[in-house]
Amino acid sequence: MALIIVIIVLVVLALLLLFFTIGIYNGLVRSRNRTREAWSAIDVQLRRRASLVPNLVETVKGYAGHEREVFENVTRARSQLEQAGGAQQAAQANNMLTQALRSLFAVAEAYPQLRASENFMALQRDLTDIEEKIAFSRDFYNRNVLDYNTRLQTFPSVVIARNFGFQPREFFEAEEEARQEVRVDFSTGS
Amino acid sequence: MEGSVEQPVLIYDRIDKNRRNTILLFLAFAIVIAVLFGAVGAIFGLYGGLEAKQLGPLVGSVAAIGLVTALAFSWVSYYASSSVVLGISEAHEVTKEQEPVLWGVVENLCIGAGLPMPKVYVIEDSAPNAFATGRDPQHAAVCATRGLLDKLERRELEGVIAHELSHIGNYDTRVMTVMVMLAGLAALVSDVMLRFTWYGSGSRSNNRDKGGGAAGAIILILAIVVIVLTPIAAALLKMAVSRQREYLADASGALLCRNPDALADALQKISQDKEPLEVANKATEHLYITNPLQEHASALNNLFDTHPPIERRIELLRAM
Repeated sequence: MALIIVIIVLVVLALLLLFFTIGIYNGLVRSRNRTREAWSAIDVQLRRRASLVPNLVETVKGYAGHEREVFENVTRARSQLEQAGGAQQAAQANNMLTQALRSLFAVAEAYPQLRASENFMALQRDLTDIEEKIAFSRDFYNRNVLDYNTRLQTFPSVVIARNFGFQPREFFEAEEEARQEVRVDFSTGS
Repeated sequence: MEGSVEQPVLIYDRIDKNRRNTILLFLAFAIVIAVLFGAVGAIFGLYGGLEAKQLGPLVGSVAAIGLVTALAFSWVSYYASSSVVLGISEAHEVTKEQEPVLWGVVENLCIGAGLPMPKVYVIEDSAPNAFATGRDPQHAAVCATRGLLDKLERRELEGVIAHELSHIGNYDTRVMTVMVMLAGLAALVSDVMLRFTWYGSGSRSNNRDKGGGAAGAIILILAIVVIVLTPIAAALLKMAVSRQREYLADASGALLCRNPDALADALQKISQDKEPLEVANKATEHLYITNPLQEHASALNNLFDTHPPIERRIELLRAM
């Protein structure tokens, strides 16, 4: 009789532990999926931004063809952005592109006809809008990564995360944040 | 980044709470209506001289009818209330081409909040105000008045829309919108009953020879209905507009648009504008970002106000 009670208690405890583990595991998966979804929102905007670059370069070239260095910088930053793997690399490439575009627009300042051209104005408007969208999607992504990475580092979810090989995700650092100290150990996003 | 550690957790807690509250609201509504129907049935039964064992089934079946009716009404209001709200507010849907600025603000903030793009509506009224509605983020709508679009700068508009999107993101809009229908119905019924009671008491004094007893019973019923429904309608409205909900939406909205001062400036501008919003009424006022009715002056009114004092909200935002 006593043995049966002991067995029942053990079985109940084991089941509780199992359900607890399943709950935490599912929470981790949900959290990771949220970071992936948030990442794809950034990715969409980065692609849109990159796709505008050739058009912009062509437009500016029509007025200021001799500013070769600026065009090269922009084109190089763009191809880096397209090849970037992982949030950190993409952020770096994106910041490079921002810098390069800034000098491109500075060059454009010297050409009133270019600034007045409808195509150029539309491109400038689109780029500003995309930059804003990148900033917002970055906020959302980083918030989700913070939540996910915190789960990976705190008890009890840390135990389950270790056993099932959950990897921390990289933050998408903005320009001004990029120079600050690194907060987490970056390994390749899972 | 300090506050954002807590933020996701907080939001998911709020979502659960709002989902639960909506169900509790439906249940409470159904029970109240069932009890009301049962009480009316009992009074009619007693007046008609039924015996106790006949009375039981009568009360039971009338109460069941009430229960089913209330649940059906709840079910309808779950799906239809946001259309009703937009309809009675005389809001019309706008496209990206018609309102590029408003659309762009909503679109960008949605990206920041991780929300799907809601429908965008405008009310052609010069009083600046805004509200959000919808049972979940997939069926949500954001509505701004023409006055809001004209009088606010872009960054202030961002603050207001961020506040509204916070309501959508944590499912405040589900409870608040459903409340419009339930509270609206309760208020309507009690209003109608009140009129009948006056009418009834007036006619009773005219013919007291025979119908006095019947009229007395009917008046009693109506009085009970009024007595039960009026405070409930008021309580429902108050629950819908818990001040904490507005403070929370202010805080997470400020976080979303990354500019608490912009929202504070917007609230200041909106509150200084004394023009009332004609399309708002007692049933919908709690949806708006600030009280659209502008008739609250006394300390007593402040007690029943559907919104926290705007000075306090601005103060909190400035301190962020």
